Amino acid sequence: MPAFDQIIPNDLPAPLTQWFSAQGWTPHAHQIQMLQAAGNALLIAPTGGGKTLAGFLPTLAAACRDKIGAGLHTLYVSPLKALTHDIGRNLARPVADLGLSCRIEDRTGDTPATQRARQRVDPPHVLLTTPESLALMLSYPEAPKIFGALRRVVIDEIHALAESKRGDQLMLCLSRLRSLAPDMQVAGLSATVENPAALAQFMGGAEIVLADAGPQPDIAMLPTSAAPPWSGAGGAYAARDVMRAIADARLTLVFINTRAQAELFFQALWAVNDENLPIGLHHGSLSRDARRRVEAAMAEGSLRAVVATGSLDLGLDWGDVDLVIQIGAPKNIKRLVQRIGRANHRFDTPSRARIVPANRFEVLECIAALQAVEAGELDGDGRAPVGGWDVLCQHILLLACSAPLDADALYAEVTRAGPYAGLTRADFDACMDFVATGGYALRAYDRWQRLVLRDGLWHLRDPRAAKAIRMNIGTIVAPELLSVRRGPRGGAPLGEIEESFAAALSPGDTFLIGGQTVRYDRLRDMIVEVTPQPTREPKIAVFNGLKMATSTELSARVLDLIGDRAAWAALPDHIRDWLALQARVAQLPKPGTMTSETFQRGGRWYFALYSFAGRNANQTLGLLLTHRMERDALAPLGFVATDYACLIWGLEPVRDPAPLLDPEGLRAGLQDWLAENAMMKRNFRSVATVAGLIQRNLPGARKSGKQATFSSDILYDTLRKFDPDHLLLQITRAESMRGLADFGRIEEMLRTRGQLVHSMAPHVTPFAAPLMLEAGRIPIKGAGTARLLEDEAARMMAEAGLTLEGFAAKTQA
Amino acid sequence: MNTCSFRFHDQSFIARPSGALFWPERGTLIVSDLHLGKSARMARQVGALLPPFETRATLERLATELRDTGAASLISLGDSFDDDLAIRELGAERQLLDDICQSYDTLWITGNHDPAPVGLPGRVAQQDQIAGLYLRHIADDGPDISGHYHPKLRLAGQRLPAFLIGDMHLILPAFGVYTGGLDHDAPTLAALVPQGRAVVTGRDMHMVPLPLPRVTASRAGRWSAKR
Repeated sequence: MPAFDQIIPNDLPAPLTQWFSAQGWTPHAHQIQMLQAAGNALLIAPTGGGKTLAGFLPTLAAACRDKIGAGLHTLYVSPLKALTHDIGRNLARPVADLGLSCRIEDRTGDTPATQRARQRVDPPHVLLTTPESLALMLSYPEAPKIFGALRRVVIDEIHALAESKRGDQLMLCLSRLRSLAPDMQVAGLSATVENPAALAQFMGGAEIVLADAGPQPDIAMLPTSAAPPWSGAGGAYAARDVMRAIADARLTLVFINTRAQAELFFQALWAVNDENLPIGLHHGSLSRDARRRVEAAMAEGSLRAVVATGSLDLGLDWGDVDLVIQIGAPKNIKRLVQRIGRANHRFDTPSRARIVPANRFEVLECIAALQAVEAGELDGDGRAPVGGWDVLCQHILLLACSAPLDADALYAEVTRAGPYAGLTRADFDACMDFVATGGYALRAYDRWQRLVLRDGLWHLRDPRAAKAIRMNIGTIVAPELLSVRRGPRGGAPLGEIEESFAAALSPGDTFLIGGQTVRYDRLRDMIVEVTPQPTREPKIAVFNGLKMATSTELSARVLDLIGDRAAWAALPDHIRDWLALQARVAQLPKPGTMTSETFQRGGRWYFALYSFAGRNANQTLGLLLTHRMERDALAPLGFVATDYACLIWGLEPVRDPAPLLDPEGLRAGLQDWLAENAMMKRNFRSVATVAGLIQRNLPGARKSGKQATFSSDILYDTLRKFDPDHLLLQITRAESMRGLADFGRIEEMLRTRGQLVHSMAPHVTPFAAPLMLEAGRIPIKGAGTARLLEDEAARMMAEAGLTLEGFAAKTQA
Repeated sequence: MNTCSFRFHDQSFIARPSGALFWPERGTLIVSDLHLGKSARMARQVGALLPPFETRATLERLATELRDTGAASLISLGDSFDDDLAIRELGAERQLLDDICQSYDTLWITGNHDPAPVGLPGRVAQQDQIAGLYLRHIADDGPDISGHYHPKLRLAGQRLPAFLIGDMHLILPAFGVYTGGLDHDAPTLAALVPQGRAVVTGRDMHMVPLPLPRVTASRAGRWSAKR
């Protein structure tokens, strides 16, 4: 590690140098480099490298030299609300110690309305915020005044933002800020990534500062007393082993991939918590208060462990965390490395991390990931360089709320944003037209355009619309969430669940939320009413969490492991036995071959295809194959895609996969099925919401009673029929091709693994068992469901002792 | 395509997959809640620019239903227009509407969205009575045929528009394209039709008893469809 002696003292004002020494700290070389950077800079540093302080040093230095005038000087943007609280607290210390006149405030969706209103008139020197709140502020007429004096923007965890539409939105906002405050500097802070140059380009060009990578992490599988189960994703089998590890550590962070799994594992952990160690739970479905309590307890050091999902995945300052346990396969080598960084928040000590595979498939993935970490290989599923057009549409609409727009100037500004550098004027104009008129080919809203052109500028036709537009800011299209409350009226809020999950519940069903089992009573006024049922075993909690595809790199390593008996030496005995059993019952997947199997269970025929193409590509494959099965009268009912396989069930067996997997046919069918499938509709809903066609929130809406809105599927069908080339359909198609990941990955699979190996298995195979319990099933509406519908209607009539007598159903020509 | 015929207060009716009701003895097609001009109203009031094709889509479906049933007359049970202003803003679709009214004797029952429609071809009334049955927008003292609630019913994991047939009330699903709906077991609807039958629309039609029995045998089916 570079010594402090090498640093030129002039760069750091004396009071700051003294403050550092008083803390017993030595500035890292990269922190000083960030201070010296003349323009925009991108810092790549492992967690614990003092990234955030590096981002703020120039601001603190300016404050020490009394160079912070009135108005907003530094804007800090983080993907997580929780981070802004933390940073605010950390930053307050040097500011207070040094007696700097520097006001620091945060502003997120949680900030009280009065404070937000005041910030518009009298912004602090340092504002800590999220991309969505920044977009909102830019939509106010006061935006030029608020940001006119801005000197610095610090973007934290920019590597995480760059992976989503939130990053596109933030880069558009950044471009706007550069127009409002041309002299400002931008500092991007990133964890270790495989391609820093691409990230620098993403933020519109920046000098790259690479920090010393620190010592190799200490990472291994957690030894468990029992073998992982054949199926399941919760890791409950290892609760006792994890408990022991927690007891041996100072503070443990237990990461798990989804919220439902976090709930279940938290419960399993408490069931074996004989010493009553304080252990908390943190995930995005919990109420804000519940999350805050855990964050505060964590900061106070009164917890020994926290079970968390992605909601805590980013660089919170975890201080005393000395052990990270990852339950479930990491899916992505890079993410694993970044998560390990959580532990031992000190630069010079190796991070300690243990992985607990949740089932036998995941053992393979964990071993493959560990081998990759050891080899120092990061997976690079590169980001598409083009920003989303739906995000641009939202951005245009928001800016129109701030002031009338000049299309030429706006186009120039937009193309200065990294992800939109290649946007053509024609495409920009199409987005502009959509925002202004709806962009419909056949029929126009002449009188009711949203934007109207007056004196060369685009004005909001009805300024009152700004309120609704601002209420719909954001690029994360979450499923509709319903609040869960205890008791009939006004009971304590416990958290939120997805509407689709609530719809699947019947009164009396039990599920887990906030670590307790509750019984579903009724749905009233968009609130799910429940009663705590401490003694009941819960029906499985299936509300969704993060879904991430195993990277190409990792999938290939797993397939190599399975296919190469010589490599089995690295595997535990039970995994070797499992592979051997699969080889006996059916076939083992091998590199170069495409393995599938058919078996029957519970009146359904199952077809499992081991593609190893990642969850998203498998979803595409599921859609393609079910479409072809429908054509071949195999009556498919649904499918589920995992990272390794696609499992389809239906009323008829697949005896020969060759006609289904014929590459020419798959390619040819792509466009047709793409238009029809449920996934496209799901993507359309997201695109239409982001682009502002569908408003999630309406002022004063969301009352009980008749569902005010209708399904976005109807809009999709209508557009397809009357305006098939509409901009939103174009965006949806493009996103589905890419987001359903890589038809490219399927192509590659077909090319490199041409040899089909199919078995008719006597029963569920060892490899298929885990697939049977996967969540995220996609129903196919076709001949199969029609048959089921008919059966169920008939069964109900029969059960009620009714016939169709006097109500004869008849068929007309 | 199949249809479902049933009797309600000594009259025979045919429920159609489109959500329209045909009364063979009278040669009358009954529809409800067309909500014509909804996208225009949304644009005017909330600034949402939805695909402005639903009026055309709805009227084309209606014309097809009239032709296929061989109906001589048409009754629309209210909320035919998303608001009274929508009638003036039909634009090019006005021709489709005029064509229908010219070929079929048309009665427009008023609804809460279109309480005082002006400038419509055909007759306008708050309610009507035919063969002892009231025809109105919102169910009241029966026996009556009405709309308003846009009833929907969940069956085998799908939520589909449905006809509800009770002792005193026959309630139609919405015929319009851009319409949401209310579950058949929501308190208001359950009070109007505590027991009887429902006819589920869609690709095919299915009749089920109300209230729905809890069919335990079908849980497996739900499992595969829902999760």
